[in-house]
Amino acid sequence: MTQSLLHQILDHANRANPYPIYEQLRKTPVHHEDGGPYVISTYYEIRSLLHDPRISSDARNLASTARDPLAEPAREESALPPGFLRLDPPEHDRLRRMTNRPFGPPHSPHRVDGMRGELHDIVSGLIDGIGDPGRIDLVEQFSYPFPVTVICRLLGVPREDEARFHTWADTLAASLDPDPDADPTERGKGAHDARMQLGMYLAGLIEERRRNPGEDMLSQLATAKGEDGAMTTMELLSTAALLLIAGHETTVNLITNGMLTLLRHPDVLQRLREDPRLAVPIVEELLRFEPPVQLVPQRTTLADIEVRGVTIPKGASLWLVLASGNRDPQRFEDPDRFDPDRRDIQHLGLGSGIHSCFGAPLARLETQFALSELARRLENPRLLEDPPPYRQNAVLRGPRHLYVSCDGIRP
Amino acid sequence: MLGDGSLERLKREGRIVVVGASLAGLRAAETLRAEGFVGSLTMIGDEPHEPYDRPPLSKQVLLGRAAADRTALPRLRSVDATWRLGVPATGLDMAARRVRLADGDDVPYDRLLIATGVRARPWPREAEAELDGVFVLRTADDSAALARRLDAGPKRVLVIGAGFTGSEIASACRERGFPVTVAERGAAPLVGALGGVVGAVAAEMQREHGVDLRCGVMVTALEGDASGRVRAALLSDGSTVETDVVIVSLGATRNTGWLAGSGLGAGPRGIACDAGCRAFDIRGIVTDDIYAAGDVARCPHPLFGYQFLSLEHWGNAVTQARIAAHNMISESTDRIPHMEVPAFWSSQFGVNIKSVGVPSLGTEILISQGSLKDHRFLGVYGYQGRVIGAVAFDHARWLPFYQELIETTAPFPPSFPTVDRRSDGQRPIDADFPDPSVPTHGPTVTLGGYSPADRRMTFTPAH
Ligand SMILES: Cc1cc2nc3c(=O)[nH]c(=O)nc-3n(C[C@H](O)[C@H](O)[C@H](O)COP(=O)(O)OP(=O)(O)OC[C@H]3O[C@@H](n4cnc5c(N)ncnc54)[C@H](O)[C@@H]3O)c2cc1C
Repeated sequence: MTQSLLHQILDHANRANPYPIYEQLRKTPVHHEDGGPYVISTYYEIRSLLHDPRISSDARNLASTARDPLAEPAREESALPPGFLRLDPPEHDRLRRMTNRPFGPPHSPHRVDGMRGELHDIVSGLIDGIGDPGRIDLVEQFSYPFPVTVICRLLGVPREDEARFHTWADTLAASLDPDPDADPTERGKGAHDARMQLGMYLAGLIEERRRNPGEDMLSQLATAKGEDGAMTTMELLSTAALLLIAGHETTVNLITNGMLTLLRHPDVLQRLREDPRLAVPIVEELLRFEPPVQLVPQRTTLADIEVRGVTIPKGASLWLVLASGNRDPQRFEDPDRFDPDRRDIQHLGLGSGIHSCFGAPLARLETQFALSELARRLENPRLLEDPPPYRQNAVLRGPRHLYVSCDGIRP
Repeated sequence: MLGDGSLERLKREGRIVVVGASLAGLRAAETLRAEGFVGSLTMIGDEPHEPYDRPPLSKQVLLGRAAADRTALPRLRSVDATWRLGVPATGLDMAARRVRLADGDDVPYDRLLIATGVRARPWPREAEAELDGVFVLRTADDSAALARRLDAGPKRVLVIGAGFTGSEIASACRERGFPVTVAERGAAPLVGALGGVVGAVAAEMQREHGVDLRCGVMVTALEGDASGRVRAALLSDGSTVETDVVIVSLGATRNTGWLAGSGLGAGPRGIACDAGCRAFDIRGIVTDDIYAAGDVARCPHPLFGYQFLSLEHWGNAVTQARIAAHNMISESTDRIPHMEVPAFWSSQFGVNIKSVGVPSLGTEILISQGSLKDHRFLGVYGYQGRVIGAVAFDHARWLPFYQELIETTAPFPPSFPTVDRRSDGQRPIDADFPDPSVPTHGPTVTLGGYSPADRRMTFTPAH
């Protein structure tokens, strides 16, 4: 018997190129396998469900009968309340609004833009430190450390603590990516310890920032007393954890997928080398072509909902396969072509609606800097392995390593 | 015209004239060029400025964040036109296909697009309207003059009329710390467009931001001092407001006066046209060479019972312009209709307001998400058992869903729960629109007319 489409999506063997499966999937825009989630794969349906107020992000609304192969095991011990990503209005709106105050317009229109100098320095420092140009693991040496360092600076983690912070972040990120070969209890314990230590560290930092606020986001979140009141310490912790994990996991993959795609399209890489401004449309096209978040699995229906003639029952688990919608020929011309000159590019790579990517402006800027600097400084880069080894994770998809060699590193 | 080559000739060497060189005019010109029109293009505008954007005039400009002469519209492509700026069109000869200009010139056309928009309704008593310190706000010049006066630091600002523009002005003036009085004839701000339920929220917002809001009153007279500067306003409740700046915000009048006697179906309510933006003549017969777009146009909308809608909405001007331009140079079978669901936005008192559909057609409203109390909510309007409009206060990300409900004539009240189930939701109430026979500042949407099949169609002759 052939493997079900759902299993094919989850099967690591298909991670390097899931797009043929998505093409199969789009033949049935609402795909449902016995007892499993309802999988939505076409652009217009996904977009409309992302704006549908009958769709909840709160796991408490899932019917107990809904089985989801991606559902996380209950983590009683973590005891952190869900971040706003997993909440519905009005709690979601309040927390997201409060978090946005120190981050974006209208109150902080210059926060992200003001980081340009710092982003540039971090990128330069990492490239300077690459060492042997004959075998670079771009993931380990660049795409991972970059966003974590940025999050540290944004939250106000002191430089001397960054190394510790990196270790916890790496462990937690790895725990999001179930590795079939690893011992689950061992890994679970590692993640649990990391979470505990990170939580305690952040709690201490929050206390300290309440007493001596600085310019960083954590200080501003800890001392805010606007119309929405103040965040509790638990809310602050879960928000900080969300910023850390979501901010870092996605950008790693966006940068790595980006470099991989550019190495497969040397003409575009050359154009970027000559004109760094091309980074802007390249990143947009990447978000369509190889989005780091392939699918949104954590949604459920609050009522029976009809989509393309199929009634999705209340409490069902929904998967919105963003990466498939992004390659829907009904929406995009020649969707399997990587084309940074595409003009019509309303992709779903950052989601849409109230849960659309909170960190989007930062992720975009980080990736633009990363790609244009890599293009400029790596001399004659080439892939040592294509496809590269991929991580297990079907949701946050990206290479675990990206081995590249080049002739040298330009100053 | 089908297949006889005349269309190709028109695209190659035809003459197209656009009257009204603003948002709709510019976007139409760009579309004409983008779709391969290489003939001669003349843009006639009575304002001396190149096309500019109006929404910032009542927002960023009054806040001092943008200069009134710096809101030029971005050019999406070169239009290679002859620009006749600072010259009003004064007449139209449909038989000879010519537009008369104030400077005595006359410009021939093969296709004409009318995009003359609206102008601010002035304070009705002329002598009082001339007082120094009395303003309207429609053009960049209006906005520049008002901004200059605000920079000088007024003692008090009086806004007459609390529609969208008036409310935005009041908001900007409060943000700058000036004392503000708003006088509104209706029961609350925005009632004409959004009804009393939402109007009550708008009133609360104004008062919380320190606006001295007076509803259910009319300004009866403006008083000047010896030097001709405005000094005070008298109100119908017998009170007086001492003020040195008055902004008259009483809605708009369509710029159709210049078409008087031309035989075109143009009147105070706009230029009637079909869904493809082709203008009607006064006999109700559609012309083939004259088109209308933007604030001045009045089109039947299939989704709203073929009622003729005239919309003072930015997005509407852009879409109609593109449709008119396309249809002008297309075979009849390739023409496209204007079927976009109306959409409008405003920002005031820190709240982002957006609407889709035609709320003012609704009779009932249901708060389906958020809460009126927080001033953050989503209201759905119902009309005869279907969803006809929606408004969002700081909830705009949900609007595409409600737009789909409108497009698919979904039943009202919606029967489903939403992610946001709070106590004041889920029950429809009277939307509380004012009696249409009692004038308010005038809603931004006005409705009138009959279905195209109705032969009783009549037009008020141009004034
Ligand atoms: C202060 C302000 C704020 C606004 N804010 C918003 C908002 O937040 N959201 C929104 O959706 N919409 C808003 N609008 C409405 C939006 O600006 C209009 O819908 C849009 O400008 C309509 O474009 P138009 O080209 O049809 O008309 P207009 O922009 O009015 O242009 C018509 C042009 O034709 C000229 N003209 C008139 N008669 C003649 C003649 N006889 N000969 C030659 N030229 C002539 C006029 O002077 C004018 O330049 C706002 C409008 C104003 C004034």
